[in-house]
Amino acid sequence: MAPPPRRLLLVLLGFLAAASLATLAAAVYEDQVGLADWHQKYIGKVKQAVYHTQKSGRRRVVVLTEENVIASLDLRSGDIFWRHVIEKNNPIDQLSLSAGKYVVTLSSGGSILRAWNLPDGQMIWETNIQTSTSSKSLLHVLSNSKVVKDNLVLVLAGQWIYAVSSIDGVISWGKEFTLDGLEIKQVVQSPENDIVYVVGIAGSSKLAVYQLNAKTGEIVKDAQESLPDGLCGEILLGSSNVLVALDETRSALFIVEFKGESISYNKVQISEFVQDFSGTVKLLPLMSNGIIALQSSSTVSLLKLKGMDGLEVIHSFDQPASVSDALTITEKYEAFAVVQHVGSQIEFIVKVTSDLTNEIIREKVDIDQHRGSVHKVFLNNYVRTDKSHGFRALVVMEDHSILLIQQGAVVWSREDGLASIVDVMASELPVEKDGVSVADVEHNLFEWLKGHVLKLKGTLMLASVDELAAIQALRVRSSEKNKMTRDHNGFRKLLIVLTKAGKVVALHTGDGRIIWSNLLPSLRASKSGEMPSALRIYQWQVPHHRVMRENPSILVVGRSGASSVAPGVLCVLDSYSGEELNSRSFDHSVAQIIPLTLKDSSEQRLHLIVDSNSNAHLYPRSLDALNSFISEMSNQYFYSVDIQKNAIRGYSLQKSCDFNSDDTYCFSTKLLWSIIFPSDAERISVSEARKMNEVVHTQAKIIADQDVMYKYLSKNLIFVATVSPNAAGEIGSAAPEEASLVAYLIDAVSGRILHRVTHHGAQGPVHAVVSENWVVYHYFNLRAHRFEIAVIEIYDQSRADNKDVLKLILGKHNLSAPMTSYSRPEVMVKSQSYFFTHSVKAMAVTQTAKGITSKQLLIGTIGDQVLALDKRFLDPRRSLNPTQQEKEEGIIPLTDSLPIIPQSYVTHTLQVEALRGIVSIPAKLESTTLVFTYGVDLFYTRLAPSRTYDSLTDEFSYALLLITIVALVAALFVTWIWSEKKELRDKWR
Amino acid sequence: MAARRRSLLMLLPLLLSHFLSLAAAFQSDELLLHDDDEFEGTRVSSTPSPRPPSTPPVVSSRRRSADATQAAGASESNTAQFTLEHDLGAGLGFAPAGSFSARLKSSAHGSQTLTKLRFTRNELTEDEKNAFKKLLEEDSFYTIRLPSNVLDPTRNDYIYSSIKARCIPRDSLDEHIVIHMDGVNILAVNYGSVGGCQYPRPMKVPSKWTFNSYTILKTADQAPRTPSFVEQLIETESGLGEVMKPPEKSFWAKYWMYIIPLGLIVMNAVTAAANIPEEQAGGQGQAPAQRAPIAAPRRR
Repeated sequence: MAPPPRRLLLVLLGFLAAASLATLAAAVYEDQVGLADWHQKYIGKVKQAVYHTQKSGRRRVVVLTEENVIASLDLRSGDIFWRHVIEKNNPIDQLSLSAGKYVVTLSSGGSILRAWNLPDGQMIWETNIQTSTSSKSLLHVLSNSKVVKDNLVLVLAGQWIYAVSSIDGVISWGKEFTLDGLEIKQVVQSPENDIVYVVGIAGSSKLAVYQLNAKTGEIVKDAQESLPDGLCGEILLGSSNVLVALDETRSALFIVEFKGESISYNKVQISEFVQDFSGTVKLLPLMSNGIIALQSSSTVSLLKLKGMDGLEVIHSFDQPASVSDALTITEKYEAFAVVQHVGSQIEFIVKVTSDLTNEIIREKVDIDQHRGSVHKVFLNNYVRTDKSHGFRALVVMEDHSILLIQQGAVVWSREDGLASIVDVMASELPVEKDGVSVADVEHNLFEWLKGHVLKLKGTLMLASVDELAAIQALRVRSSEKNKMTRDHNGFRKLLIVLTKAGKVVALHTGDGRIIWSNLLPSLRASKSGEMPSALRIYQWQVPHHRVMRENPSILVVGRSGASSVAPGVLCVLDSYSGEELNSRSFDHSVAQIIPLTLKDSSEQRLHLIVDSNSNAHLYPRSLDALNSFISEMSNQYFYSVDIQKNAIRGYSLQKSCDFNSDDTYCFSTKLLWSIIFPSDAERISVSEARKMNEVVHTQAKIIADQDVMYKYLSKNLIFVATVSPNAAGEIGSAAPEEASLVAYLIDAVSGRILHRVTHHGAQGPVHAVVSENWVVYHYFNLRAHRFEIAVIEIYDQSRADNKDVLKLILGKHNLSAPMTSYSRPEVMVKSQSYFFTHSVKAMAVTQTAKGITSKQLLIGTIGDQVLALDKRFLDPRRSLNPTQQEKEEGIIPLTDSLPIIPQSYVTHTLQVEALRGIVSIPAKLESTTLVFTYGVDLFYTRLAPSRTYDSLTDEFSYALLLITIVALVAALFVTWIWSEKKELRDKWR
Repeated sequence: MAARRRSLLMLLPLLLSHFLSLAAAFQSDELLLHDDDEFEGTRVSSTPSPRPPSTPPVVSSRRRSADATQAAGASESNTAQFTLEHDLGAGLGFAPAGSFSARLKSSAHGSQTLTKLRFTRNELTEDEKNAFKKLLEEDSFYTIRLPSNVLDPTRNDYIYSSIKARCIPRDSLDEHIVIHMDGVNILAVNYGSVGGCQYPRPMKVPSKWTFNSYTILKTADQAPRTPSFVEQLIETESGLGEVMKPPEKSFWAKYWMYIIPLGLIVMNAVTAAANIPEEQAGGQGQAPAQRAPIAAPRRR
């Protein structure tokens, strides 16, 4: 007979275990922020930078970037003080400082002028300006405050010139020039009096110079002259009364002098004074004391004006080199900087305009090899401790990163290429090998030793402050979540991102640090000025049993030019080290890339690249790949969505190319089906397909009354939404009667329209996500004046009879019959729509390893946050009063709008500015998925849509469990001894 | 059997629409209700047999007069014809294979729709039969195309659809054409076999070289409107609506979490209590034994 205390203890243990499991929570607690997630702020490629004046005493720089961001950066660390991400449809063209306390920006083609407070970035005022055309606009801040009290800001756009007070944004005067087709190109302020020179071009060859009174806007003098040849529009003011203009062919310069109302000019061929002149020429804005800079494709030349007669080359630098604007230090003392490449270093040269032969500074700076060439330089001066002038410069590199150079060293750098991510994929980390140190992967033996010496120093209290920081960094790196090896749960991965600049960067999911980066040579700008564009990134090789020892590799596909018919390029990179293993350029264009499920004998994944002539090319080009492809070729289909022609077409592949029959890796295509939308009624808004690597756990769904519904699971399902052309514009541009949205479900192999439904009074923008057997799409309902999210679920009716258990046992079912798209599917569709509060920027769905965990929709809201919404809320079977069984199944009573629970924001308090994409990557642990969100900022976190049911949380108290077990064992032992003793006593009685 | 049931199902909306038009007989916009899937599943012989237009059911004099005026209007140019072309491979290109004729209906808004579609297949020539046999042998595609605009065939845009040729033959050649329309534009045509087409496609030559065609005209469905509960919410907020009371739970469902531990404790107490009397009983049993030293050894 068991002693009673044992049973009691068992009960107690059960309660304890239950209690410890019940503390799991869905949202993140405040102290959990940053444990599994990270957030990085970026600004993008800098196109303009303005330094704070010396007097303000703040070492900051205000920058304007190509991602439409204005930001104030700390010159000492590169940290962001403040930042504004302006919407893309309101592009900022110009940035300037006014009165030492305002940042003035001109945006939307010169129609909006804003002033921001310099220290904290608050907007002070905004002025709307009426301009005639959307031509290039100019912003000029009148510097001389002696003459004009108000600190006027001049805005020039097309034929208009405005003067706006920078204190309150009031337009003090505005003037339209009467000359037809005039476009203002340059404005210069006379240093002596309050006269402003305005230079413009009318038509292609007529030059006009106006002199205006800066106070009143009156034209004091004007002069016009027609030049014999056309102008290309680039004009620079060489000195106070000499202009330099580039002609139409970009091979000659006009030197124009204006005295009073007369204009005289002289034409000079560039080849006369520049040796080895080739390619296109640009004038660089560096003008003072009669010095101009000329950029051709091979050199950057500094020229000096010699009156009207011509120019003289003083210096010329080999490309790539960059020249900064002239910086006024004192009245007569102007400096500028040139940065050029010398071997693997860059050379930073500062010169004075008055004496070009002299150099103030010539420093060599070591930079990272994966930054490419110098694109822009912004020079700034400071006063050294010995009261002399020191110079530093902000250097913008080809990979969009920025560096601050001072005293021959890089003070800080920012990887701002990460603000323009084009594509993302995840890659596994290396497996931890027994016996071999992890250090083998990360750093060499020497660094490993150094680390140990450092740690030893730390324990012996000998370490300095710097060394302590280094030890801390080492600890962070070797901490569990930041290791460079694969973990059991699959949380540690590499996020490999492709940026617009053609740089591939690998980020660690643990803390977001950069593991490696590689600016791909084949995606760098060529000498001829072609700007290649990076397109996509794919998994190329995942080592498996046979080639286990090799590293996995990735494929990057791009175009060698901006146009869609430019020949493509392909690079294969090692995903552990980022080394380029292989690269080649195609002789065909890239219209579509289709990763196939086939692999060749070296585990390389087969890819089909379709060019603009609808020929398909197979990669990798190996006989082995070709053989495995040809055996499967009759079952390969693809489709293309042609937004211009408003059509979707499906193709199959045929042997041999049309134009080059020798090329056995080239296949021609045969048009199988087409769907053409009437362009007067519908325009394609969005097309979405299922993710290729999505895993579905079950093909059946058991509904409340013990009935079974079979999901229609086809990898070939595509969703297309069209909107009426009237409603393609902004919300409010169309009346509800003339707006409609049609949603299609199409089988991509046969072109069959499985479902087609019209939403009247609805309009785009449409965002959609397709997963398993459902589609969720977001649009605007003009009648209800609200956004809506609709869901379509599609079920297979042809399998609906497979409900009899006996039949299933006897094998009389069609569940294992092969699916073919050529059979007419019997589908049933359920749909429902719900109101939703937010406008949406991106939509995605969580993906898990086995697809068992319930799904959540990840919605990138207009507030640049990510909302996780349970798919259960978007169930078309929701009804007003669900029955008891339906409630047990988890059906939520029908509501008209979707709830937004504040705790379900994945990004908690953070914002992913200018959010563009959300990627969900399954972890090895079924309950968990990794979510990476990118825009100008990056955000990464781990999500468990159904909570972490398959693991204990981090807070789980292992100590308590251990103590309980020990106590229990001890108690058992004690009671056992007692009972034994008692028994013995009893026996002796 | 299944096909018949389906065709019956297709007829259902037709009948329904007639029924509904009866209900709204005073409106002249019954044309809209005709917009539903209209089809004519005709078994077409090789010679086109003109069928009389199906007479609308006589429902009311008003209705009939409306139809009569419509018919008068229709007599001028309200039929549309377009051809189906097919490609039998072997570089022959597209050749006419049949023709569709349909009645054009214009609705009150000025938009036009097609109705009463009829399809006539041309007979296959000997060459075409041979080409088709070749397609069957190669297991390649049989492609058809239709003009994208019914009224304006000069626009030169075609809608294509294909199927593996081996899917079509049964006894004769069975085809099933679903035409997705938007007004007078053809969006898409889904061409397929009547039944399924199982994957290992066996080679089968039809005994009869005639086409059995089933055609269906489809237009877009209307999406259900988003439910709106604003009024109900206001009702509940103002206290007019009844507050749903949660159903009364049984005693066991309410208090099980107390009962079970209590039961355990009681059980423990009982077993403990049972042990104590036993011990006492044992003690009492032993006491006389001690008094009697020659007692038998205690059994336990």
